[in-house]
Amino acid sequence: MLMFGIADANKFYASCEALFRPDLRGKPVVVLSNNDGCVIARSVGAIAMGIKMGMPWFQLKAQEYPEKVHVFSSNYALYHSLSQRIMTALEEMTPRVEQYSIDEMFLDLTGIDGCEDFEHFGRRLRAHVLATTGLTVGVGMGPTKTLAKSAQWASKEWKQFRGVLALTPGNPKRTETLLLNQPVEEIWGVGRRIGKRLNLMGIENALQLARAHPALIRKNFSVVLERTVRELNGESCIPLEEMPPAKQQIVSSRSFGERITTKVAMQEALCQYATRAAEKLRKERQFCRHVGVFIRTSPHAKDEVFYGNSAGEKLPRPTQDTRDVIEVAMRSLDRIWLEGRRYMTAGIMLDDFTPHGVSQLNLFDEDQPRKNSAQLMKVLDGINQSGLGNLWFARQGVNNEWKMKRELLSPAWTTRWDDIPVARVL
Amino acid sequence: MKQAACSSDLTVLWPPIFTPRVRVPLYAEPCAAGFPSPAQDYVEKELDLNELCIRRRASTFFVRASGNSMQDLGLFDGDVMVVDRAEEAAHHDIVIAEVDGEFTVKRLQLQPCLALLPMNPAYPIIYPEELQLLGVVTWFFNSTRARRR
Repeated sequence: MLMFGIADANKFYASCEALFRPDLRGKPVVVLSNNDGCVIARSVGAIAMGIKMGMPWFQLKAQEYPEKVHVFSSNYALYHSLSQRIMTALEEMTPRVEQYSIDEMFLDLTGIDGCEDFEHFGRRLRAHVLATTGLTVGVGMGPTKTLAKSAQWASKEWKQFRGVLALTPGNPKRTETLLLNQPVEEIWGVGRRIGKRLNLMGIENALQLARAHPALIRKNFSVVLERTVRELNGESCIPLEEMPPAKQQIVSSRSFGERITTKVAMQEALCQYATRAAEKLRKERQFCRHVGVFIRTSPHAKDEVFYGNSAGEKLPRPTQDTRDVIEVAMRSLDRIWLEGRRYMTAGIMLDDFTPHGVSQLNLFDEDQPRKNSAQLMKVLDGINQSGLGNLWFARQGVNNEWKMKRELLSPAWTTRWDDIPVARVL
Repeated sequence: MKQAACSSDLTVLWPPIFTPRVRVPLYAEPCAAGFPSPAQDYVEKELDLNELCIRRRASTFFVRASGNSMQDLGLFDGDVMVVDRAEEAAHHDIVIAEVDGEFTVKRLQLQPCLALLPMNPAYPIIYPEELQLLGVVTWFFNSTRARRR
């Protein structure tokens, strides 16, 4: 009998920020989105003070609170490092782990009950992760991924489960009670929009969805939701994926810290995104045959006419060379650039992947493949990943005034020697 | 290609007959003119300091020491400590403890009662009711040259 688990870190970003700051234990902590836009994570203390998810930073700054709120820019180097540590700790106790997101991992728990009660195992797992990383995870378990997610949802909703809950086929009454209490939009893979449509059909809780006829659901919604119905009934349809599926598209984009008004600055920004996208492409061991560029002004700015446009080109042969990507990106930008606008967002999109760089060369092709491209990119990536130095294309510029705004960034406690925590010898 | 059977207007082309090639075995190891290295059967991986100092990668953190009050132990200002938070703290271990909202290096006493012994006699012994540890210091390093300066 199959059994899945999901481990998710509680208040992950806020907990990471407090991990090496003992003075922040129990204090209100919030983490802001890229460019210090709005609140994307809150500690228990911050929630208690009524700080809402998505609250813009400038609003929070202006507000008066009875206690100092500790605010941080998102420190992805730190979150990634700690996420990997949680992953490693889970792998030490379970045979197969799938990283689902930065703070959620699916586990294969099949056969655990042969020697140990599921919930007992869940508690041990939780203790092990806490001892290893200092972070707390909740564990939901069920015979399908969807039921494991429902268990995890319930373990957070009702404190008496103390963060660990297993739904087992041996106890159908418990599963039923839980599903009866779970609103449809809280089910994994349903969401608010589909939830509303289900509500119109009179389906309001998970149990009603589980009892719905799969064919009816497929007809009115999709195969995906039909799968959810089957999963709620204990029929596993979504297997554990240890290897992430190959990417079909890579997008590297960001909103600027300050609006971009000159073409040179835009070229620098796009070059940087192109470099990052090409790096990802090489990491995925793929070659792309299409490069696209998009630029956009703010749709909300007063007294400004919105402008957004995109352009792209199909490449004569698949590439993973940063220089090719930059070249096409610059040509595409020339076609869509409008002077006198204040641009807010721009990005690069790589599409149409193939795993090989081979292609039929055209006898009359003017642009022949670049010589030693693979070797050059290998050297480039090797140096940039070594942490000892950084190589970049001159086009990216040196003074990147437009780059990400991260004024409240905490140290990279675990990934940079200059940033490691300090302990006083007393 | 060889032209073969010619029936009416259809020309059939046959590939030429290949005689099987003689395969010459390729010796992967270069045949040096001198005596082969007597060590080549005994090659082992170079030593890696991580193997010695880090038992559990996921629970190991690096922490820098600050302050000069632990010179008896050989721990100096600026030294890097290897801290394992999954390590069970034993009596007289060097630990990183949370005291008044900051990390401090102390010696842990479990018997006869729980206490954090200071490294410097000028500081008081702490008898905590509840103990928060970042982890146990398993190793520390200093650069002898930095010391000399």
